This record gives sequence, C-alpha cells and structure tokens, in this order.
Amino acid sequence: MSNVPSNLKYTASHEWMLLNADGSVTVGITDHAQEALGDLVFVELPEVGAHFDAEKEIAVVESVKAAADVYAPIAGTVTEVNQAAADAPESVNQDAYAAWLFKMTPDNVADLDKMLDAAAYQAVADAA
Amino acid sequence: MLKKTVLNAAHRAMNARMVDFGGWDMPVNYGSQIEEHNAVRNNCGMFDVSHMCPVDVVGADCRTFLSRLVANDVAKLKVSGKALYAAMLNDAGGVIDDLIIYFLTDTRFRIVVNAGTAEKDLAWMQAKVAEWKLDVTITQRRDGANNLGIIAVQGPNARAKVWEVLPQTKAATAGLKAFFAAEVDQYFIASTGYTGEDGYEIMMPAGEAEALWNKLNAAGVAPCGLGARDTLRLEAGMNLYGQDMDETVSPLDAGLAWTVSLNTDRDFVGKAALVTNGQQKQFLGLILLDKGVLRGHQKVMTKQGDGEITSGSFSPTLQQSIALARLPLGVQIGDEVEVDIRGKALKAKVTKPVFARNGKAVI
Repeated sequence: MSNVPSNLKYTASHEWMLLNADGSVTVGITDHAQEALGDLVFVELPEVGAHFDAEKEIAVVESVKAAADVYAPIAGTVTEVNQAAADAPESVNQDAYAAWLFKMTPDNVADLDKMLDAAAYQAVADAA
Repeated sequence: MLKKTVLNAAHRAMNARMVDFGGWDMPVNYGSQIEEHNAVRNNCGMFDVSHMCPVDVVGADCRTFLSRLVANDVAKLKVSGKALYAAMLNDAGGVIDDLIIYFLTDTRFRIVVNAGTAEKDLAWMQAKVAEWKLDVTITQRRDGANNLGIIAVQGPNARAKVWEVLPQTKAATAGLKAFFAAEVDQYFIASTGYTGEDGYEIMMPAGEAEALWNKLNAAGVAPCGLGARDTLRLEAGMNLYGQDMDETVSPLDAGLAWTVSLNTDRDFVGKAALVTNGQQKQFLGLILLDKGVLRGHQKVMTKQGDGEITSGSFSPTLQQSIALARLPLGVQIGDEVEVDIRGKALKAKVTKPVFARNGKAVI
C-alpha cells in the first residue's frame, strides 16, 4: 500500500502539495506515482520564475520504463526547484514526500482548497 | 479478460507488479527493475516466458518446410540440439516474426515464437504446409492439453543454480555451447536467452513450472520481470518484435542481415523482395550525451537525413540512456547526431547496436 500523508493536498494526476508558512506551495509526485513508474532515472525541472496555468505540463519524471508528465496543480510562479532530486532521481523512489520537485507561489492560494485531501486521493490511488 | 501463464499465482505471491502485456497478465517487476537487471548481469535471475509459444514441427518434410519458411538456412543445423535464430518473412520481405528453431531429428524440430504473434504465425505455417503439400504436422504447445511452461534462468551463475535444483540435468547440459538444447526426461533445456548473459531457457510440462520456479527462488535466483528483460535485451542489442521490426520492415533494415542467408540457390518466402529492395536503412545504436531518456519513435536528425529510434531506455550497466535506431545509409559509427525529445534537440553518439554483454559494457 502506498503512503498518503494526511497533512498534504493532492491532484488526481498524482502530485502532492504542501502549503508553507510563507505562502509558497511545495510540489512533488506521490508515493503511489513513484511506485507505479518504478526506478526513476531522469527528472526535468521547470525554470525558476516561469509562470504556469493549472494542469499545464511543468516537469517530467522518467523511469526506466516510461516518461510521465508532472502537471502544475494550481496556477502560479515557480520560485525554487530541488536540484538534488534531478541529480539523484532515485531519491524520489526512496521518499517521494521528502524529494520535492519545485515550489511555486500560487496566483490564488484559495485554489488549494479545491484540491483532493488524503482520503479522496487514497480513493483515486486505489482505483488506479 | 487477460491471459495468464501457469506462474500467475506465483508472481502474485511474490508481490509482482502485474501489467497487461499484449493481452497477457505479466509481471513487470517485483520491486526494483534496476536491481533485477543487475542481478542478471552480475549473478542470476529468472523470467517467466511461458507466454511465448513453443511449436512442434513433425514429419518427413520438416527440412524442406523450414528451408522455405524462414530467411535463415536450416541447412546450418547439422547437430541434434542445435538452435537457429531466424526471421519468418511475408512475400514483401517484411518480418512476420522472429523465432528460434531447435533441430532435434530430421523429422522433429521445435520452434519458439513470440507471444503476441503466435496465432498469426501458426495460421501462416499451417497455410504454407497446405500450399506446399508437405508431410508436416504443426502443433502449438502453449495452450490446452500438453502445454509447456518456460522459465528463463539467466546470468553468470545461472547454470550452477539450475544444476543445484535439477542435478539430473547436469550431465546432459554441462557441455552445451551457446545456442543448443538438450532433452532430459520432461525438461527441454536450451542454452539460449534474451539478456546477453549465459544461462538456460527451460521448457517443461506446464504443471511442473511453479514447483521449479519456487525451487529456483529458494536457491537464491531472483525473480525478474519484463521490465528488466527489456533493458537487458536492449543493452545486448537484441531486437524486440513489434518495436524494432514488424511486417512492414525488412530484416536487412532491422539489423538482421546476419540471419538472412541469400548466398545459395535456396528459395524462401520474401527472398525475391529482399534481393530487389536491398538494404535501405542501417540499424545502429545511440548513446545520449545530454541528460534525458531515449524512447521508441523519437526522431533522429543526421547529416544524411532523419531516422527513428525503435527502442530506447536507460541502461543500468552504462548509467546512460541508450537506444536502437533505424538511420539513413551513410551514417557512421562515432557520428554525433541529434534526437528530438519533447521539442528539444539533444546530442547523441552513434554506436554499434550492442552495449553490454556478459556482465560488462562493450561500448
């Protein structure tokens, strides 16, 4: 069974979000996503300063067997990327919630309220 | 409804991640695909390949039949047990399937064909037997009564592990050179594989496969899924039917010229088309120099024109992305080319189409 922490928000496309005290949002892929992809070997991160609309392709994670797009969960501007995850893609397999991919400043922080909570995401992951 | 091999329950008991592989419910990995890959390169791993279809060819006209059926020449099979890799072509010279033919006696051969092509292969073979009016009986051994299970045990320690579990087979198999088979009681043991490592492919009555699988596992042989099987064969430069070639591709354009025997007056299906068309493309390897992962169908841009990747992935042995590609004539090994990955032109180097074998990089 995959791990779905209750303090995070989720998308049906298997991203997780953590709202930070400074108003930024940290984003990664879920444990279910890393498990489904298998051993990750490549992570392509967005440019800091770039703006993305919600549900736009923002990053790419590739395992030995497949490439998967990561989507911007909400509209916002990228403020920071986790180069350590790109340098060691296997760190996402080891702990998908520690190996975040990027942080963004949301255009509208209230968008987070529309995201899935842990129970709703667990249902999505179980059905996948 | 997905088809299941006789080892389906065993895979599930080992927590395999199961996927739909061409209509078969098959294990893609049992945890880490890279660890499974490395187990085969460095030690020993086993694969369920019972979805592949053994076909028994029996009758007085076996040699005539096979000599006309495939592009390689069964006249090369002189010693009982010897195996031959061959392509079965259509009239246009396209590859219907690639297969292995085992010579047992002059009236008995066994062929192993791919899972997804088995039905069309059998229909094609039956049609040719009728058309050529030969004394040959074709019997598939995958489904129904008398079906066989197949377990591939691969890696530098594969033979020792098989002898540990099946000591009665050691005397008959110890001296097998690569690409031979021996029959011992109910076991058909071949020194063939799809990984670039030493090892055996073992066929047996399907009802005995699970017991052997579990005994091998208890002896320390790692279960490996189709994911590792794909990266191992890619590193070894072995073609995958449906990806590197299909009915629209000539074996000469798929790196299979070494399996096409054109130098005698023997006729075979597709020969005229091969002679007329000749080689149109080269089948070569690529190593990605930039960061990223090469994948099938990506466009390759060369000075001589565009080509296409047919298979690509990450090579656990090289720790770089590698690919097999169909490229224009004139491209040279060592050339630097570009690959279109999501709209970016990334640099890659052209190599011979084999990257790792026998535990080591060969690039």
